[in-house]
Amino acid sequence: MNLASVVKTLNLKVACGQEHLERPVRGGYAGDLLSDVLANSREGDLWITRQSHQNIVAVSSLKDHAGILLVQGKEPDMDTLEKAIKEGIPILVTEGGTFEIAGRLYRLLHERS
Amino acid sequence: MSLKYDGKFSVRGGDFKEAGKVAVEIKGILKKFGIDAEILRRVAIVAYEAEVNIISYAKLGKIHLQVHPERIVMDVEDEGPGIEDIELAMRPGYSTASELIRELGFGAGMGLVNIKHCADEFKITSMVNQGTRLRIIIHVPAR
Amino acid sequence: MTLFEVMDILNARLLVGRKFLNTEVKTAFSADLLSDVLAYARPGSVLLTGLTNPQVVRTASVLDIAAIILVRGKIPPAETLRLGEELDVPIMATHYILFESSGRLFSHGIVGCIQKVGTDEIVSL
Repeated sequence: MNLASVVKTLNLKVACGQEHLERPVRGGYAGDLLSDVLANSREGDLWITRQSHQNIVAVSSLKDHAGILLVQGKEPDMDTLEKAIKEGIPILVTEGGTFEIAGRLYRLLHERS
Repeated sequence: MSLKYDGKFSVRGGDFKEAGKVAVEIKGILKKFGIDAEILRRVAIVAYEAEVNIISYAKLGKIHLQVHPERIVMDVEDEGPGIEDIELAMRPGYSTASELIRELGFGAGMGLVNIKHCADEFKITSMVNQGTRLRIIIHVPAR
Repeated sequence: MTLFEVMDILNARLLVGRKFLNTEVKTAFSADLLSDVLAYARPGSVLLTGLTNPQVVRTASVLDIAAIILVRGKIPPAETLRLGEELDVPIMATHYILFESSGRLFSHGIVGCIQKVGTDEIVSL
């Protein structure tokens, strides 16, 4: 499963990283506490968060996430967008809340396996 | 029209451990008045966010709650650094929170925004190096 | 489903609130930031969070949250548990991460519901 199919199935908006959507999505990680994300998330995770400031790019890059998914319709800040484009990190956006989108992604990932 | 309740609650700046205590107390008091659950929720959210702001940024503050039959008024006042640019402070996501505040799960830059969304009438004034004042009015519809 | 069933699905340990195990829940809210909980969480929901401080309990109390579910195997400080007892807020803990916990509950029919502050609008997304 890659970002492109997740985007399509979950009807997500692509804020940046359109050219990286072939990246595989191996799992999901939801959370807004950066220290937790650094400690617990894994390579290939799609990181679900409502944090839109530029620090999220460094974290995502460090952990080799598939990408970042912002919830509650939160568009990334200008700084964040610039950084993400530079680092090649796709940022997706959804109107929904964390619980629902995590639930749907979870179901999607489990249907495939 | 008589005042059903009139109370003042002090909040100490930096008292993170107690954050939310006043909000819980206010909710407990208002529940006894049989106020509509949704209005109660709004009052509680305002109190909580206002309380956290005082704790996060000010030296000292107080929340003055008045319950009238047709409206609930909350006057929040603090002694602290004040807000230099109110418009900026009201922007969702704008935050000047410290690491400590963020670790508690606050500092997302939504405090004043949440308060404004809960209020039917909202007024904010501030003087740098003096403090900030909020006035929140929530209308209580007649049953 | 009841809180007891929630506990079962998440292999969670109940830390506070044995008397509330029969409480029915239909909705959930997942967040690590309390301002979001204050802004969006719907009364009667379970709150899934990685925050373990006492403020979470006060937030839950003020919003009539049905129970706090601490994720990521976190152990809350004694003060949090004490406050849970005092304010009658059930607290349970699961080793699953927020994503997994949300996923499992979602798969069993729990709905993510947000009620935007200041409106009567309840959005199920």
